[in-house]
Amino acid sequence: MAMNSSGRPTTPGTATTGTAATFTGNRALDHEEALIFESGALSKTGVDLPEPKQHKSRLGGLERSGDIGLPGLTEPETLRHYVRLSRKNYAIDSGLYPLGSCTMKHNARLNEKMARLPGFGDIHPLQPQSTVQGALQLMEILAGYLLELTGMHSIAMSPKAGAHGELCGMLAIKAAHEAKGAQRSVVLVPESAHGTNPATAAFMGYTVKTIPARDDGTVSVDAVKSALGPDVAAIMLTNPNTCGLFEPEVVAIAAAVHAAGAYFYCDGANFNAIVGKVRPGDLGIDAMHINLHKTFSTPHGGGGPGSGPVVLSKALSPFAPLPYVVKDKAAYRLIETATAATGTHPFGRLTAFHGQMGMYVRALTYMLSHGSDGMRQASEDAVLNANYIRVGLRDIFSQPFGDQACMHEVLFDDAWLKDTGVTTLDFAKAMIDEGYHPMTMYFPLVVHGAMLIEPTESESKQSLDLFIATLRTLAMAAKDGDVERFKQAPQFAPRRRLDETKAAREPRLTWKASTEHKEAAE
Amino acid sequence: MRYLPLQADDRRAMLAKVGVTSVDELFAAVPKAKLLRALPNLPKAKGELEVERELGRLAARNTPAASVPFFVGAGAYCHHVPASVDHLIQRSEFLTSYTPYQPEITQGTLQYLFEFQTQVARLTAMDVANASMYDGSTGAAEAVLMAHRITRRKKAVISGGLHPQYADVIATLSKYSGAAVHALAPDPQARETIATTIDAETSCVVVQYPDVFGNIRDLRPIADAAHAKGALLVVVVTEIVALGALRAPGDMGADIVVAEGQSIGNGLTFGGPYVGLFATREKYVRQMPGRLCGETVDAEGRRGFVLTLSTREQHIRREKATSNICTNSGLCALAFTIHMTLLGETGLKRLAAINHANACDLADRLAGVKGVSVLNDTFFNEFTLRVPGDAAAVIEQLAAKGIMGGVPVSRLLPGDKAVADLILVAATEINTDDDRAAYAAALKEVL
Repeated sequence: MAMNSSGRPTTPGTATTGTAATFTGNRALDHEEALIFESGALSKTGVDLPEPKQHKSRLGGLERSGDIGLPGLTEPETLRHYVRLSRKNYAIDSGLYPLGSCTMKHNARLNEKMARLPGFGDIHPLQPQSTVQGALQLMEILAGYLLELTGMHSIAMSPKAGAHGELCGMLAIKAAHEAKGAQRSVVLVPESAHGTNPATAAFMGYTVKTIPARDDGTVSVDAVKSALGPDVAAIMLTNPNTCGLFEPEVVAIAAAVHAAGAYFYCDGANFNAIVGKVRPGDLGIDAMHINLHKTFSTPHGGGGPGSGPVVLSKALSPFAPLPYVVKDKAAYRLIETATAATGTHPFGRLTAFHGQMGMYVRALTYMLSHGSDGMRQASEDAVLNANYIRVGLRDIFSQPFGDQACMHEVLFDDAWLKDTGVTTLDFAKAMIDEGYHPMTMYFPLVVHGAMLIEPTESESKQSLDLFIATLRTLAMAAKDGDVERFKQAPQFAPRRRLDETKAAREPRLTWKASTEHKEAAE
Repeated sequence: MRYLPLQADDRRAMLAKVGVTSVDELFAAVPKAKLLRALPNLPKAKGELEVERELGRLAARNTPAASVPFFVGAGAYCHHVPASVDHLIQRSEFLTSYTPYQPEITQGTLQYLFEFQTQVARLTAMDVANASMYDGSTGAAEAVLMAHRITRRKKAVISGGLHPQYADVIATLSKYSGAAVHALAPDPQARETIATTIDAETSCVVVQYPDVFGNIRDLRPIADAAHAKGALLVVVVTEIVALGALRAPGDMGADIVVAEGQSIGNGLTFGGPYVGLFATREKYVRQMPGRLCGETVDAEGRRGFVLTLSTREQHIRREKATSNICTNSGLCALAFTIHMTLLGETGLKRLAAINHANACDLADRLAGVKGVSVLNDTFFNEFTLRVPGDAAAVIEQLAAKGIMGGVPVSRLLPGDKAVADLILVAATEINTDDDRAAYAAALKEVL
């Protein structure tokens, strides 16, 4: 199957102005908001600090002189500025956020409250370990829960996000090969993979060999077998995959990979579909990262912070990175340096300190709240919700791999939009006008004009019914030739379509005082 | 289950609509033998109150910074964060939004990222900054890789004043990506002659400012030496408040500045999540890792912001990307930006002055304890203390007296006898006169 390399359009078409101009430029609750560099002042501040004591400077003659250029605002001005900005954002709390592969589920506020307990939020990573025993214990409890859910042997907690976890898993694999004296230079990556997979493999000096998808959207064991050889270090497979399907031959693929002396890295981005249903460890996986910010509901925060612990098979466990927690006698202890590591061969250190503690607390809060029963129910509901959308749209939308049961996300392509003059992008923008965040578009790349919808378990039946009805109505409008509705969309958002080409051709990455802005506006 | 909207009758109706009799039919692709029958061996669901109690018990086994005189730094610093910062970052629209892939409905995120980038560029005196990295240490490793790309060389020279854990991160990534690292020996008194170690193979020199032992060095001679050999200067800042008092790296020849931004807006949280700051010269922007927000216009000509130059990134370039990074540290960047906006230039400079004054006062008090000396001639808010005997034992004894006295260097460099009697001591605006007096008194008692 060919990759869709055409991509999506990046320049807006011409817009017709649909709304009357106002004096302020504001549209009721939607305020035009200046940048702090335009509204603030160098002399203004929103904090009251005492005079510093007099003393002789010990800055070595390197005192900063002159203005830095950091305007301040008082507290009420700061609140208003950022509250106004916040209102220009779509969020899970305000509506369905069906971004496929991102798992935009409800973020419980109890998680936030627990992360802010002073015993978690106000402790230093390098204060004496005798004073943070509860924190180390929490890391051990969370690690144990994740191992129970995945059926794996050990865990590296420190990776900061999914891609960082991938790097961790692949470094463990490289270290394991090197320990055996093996020189292997190739990593197999299916063409439906997340971009982070080939990027990670290439960063480590591996040659990426692409495995084509079958007509049904899955990877065949035969394709893997024919690509395997003595030069292959690993396969990086996402399961459930980015087409929303569970890889039916995953066990046979794992066996083939192991028989060839290679390791099986699984991208765990889609773990939300199978928590409490299937354990990756039972499938023959050697390493898998878990996005705590997806499956275990730590907030996405506008693009992070995330957390990506990596579970490892017995074969890879000795190579897990520093630091890790051990328990001896009654105390927990951090192993932070190679000098202190006994009986293991850590491949090194991925980050300063010990990982994303704030995310560990939130994830454990989620797990304790849901329990084993609630976590399994959540996965079942996530899968049921996705299939409910599939069935609700299948007679109008087209499915690239035929109508088959999906996991927690359902994939459509743009074949059904052919000859309508409406693209996937146009359709997505029209969803914005209807009050929805669009689905993931143009990913996975193996599908033309992909639309990947992941409702998560956080949506009610009523919410899904309205979503389905909305998409059906939009689809009918597209088929009925109401092209302008789509080309002009979004019309009711804080901004119309933005010119991404201009942004890339004339990069303005910081605010600069001035005339040049006014000129650009003219 | 309070978090799951579907009720039993919803599920029945939906299964019927989907055309299956049980949800397990939807898992038909899973090999039968692998589908779990029993629930995972974990506790069952709990109400809020029970969860709070359980986690509260764990939290109570830790000693929070605010509960004791607290002088621990070494890359993470205890500062006061205004109440409004935490309130604002918990706004639903910030907290529960994702990467701004649909700019028309994420202008809030995009505009604060643009503000963040501008603040970071100005603070470091560089041309451009990205929308954040995971933290300072991973940012430092990415800076080295970026220098390798720019210079087409593969050797980094690492100062002995760089935080040892940062050096470890760089070493780990270098080792497995086939790059060389020349790491200089730990350098508590900034005596290394780094300029002479730069050669024609060197892609970059990595120095920390102030260094991990607290010393402040003029970076210009190092920049000149690096540039003379065609290498870049990477400057690492782990205490960003310092740049409110100290000359900016960008004014001393830095080519890439990476920093840990935790000190502004973000709590200690046992080491994460934090926020990496990453700034560079305009000419290197296309080699930069991470997300970038840029200004543009919408179809009606109004100013707006988008993620841009994404042809550097993994979701477009795949194996040719500048970095594998996808998620960054958006919400921590927001906390940084809000706190920096509250401070403003005036507040930041004042905050930095208070930190320096408190550290000077503490250094004088501790240097007055018999047998104790301060190694530094220069420092900002952290310095290195030499104590008679084992520094780690001293810190434990201080902790037993309710004083968090700093980080024994042996925790970062175990087995290095030369540093076994050294303690990194940080003072910030949170420390009162009484705290500092208590530290000096307790130190006198334990020695």
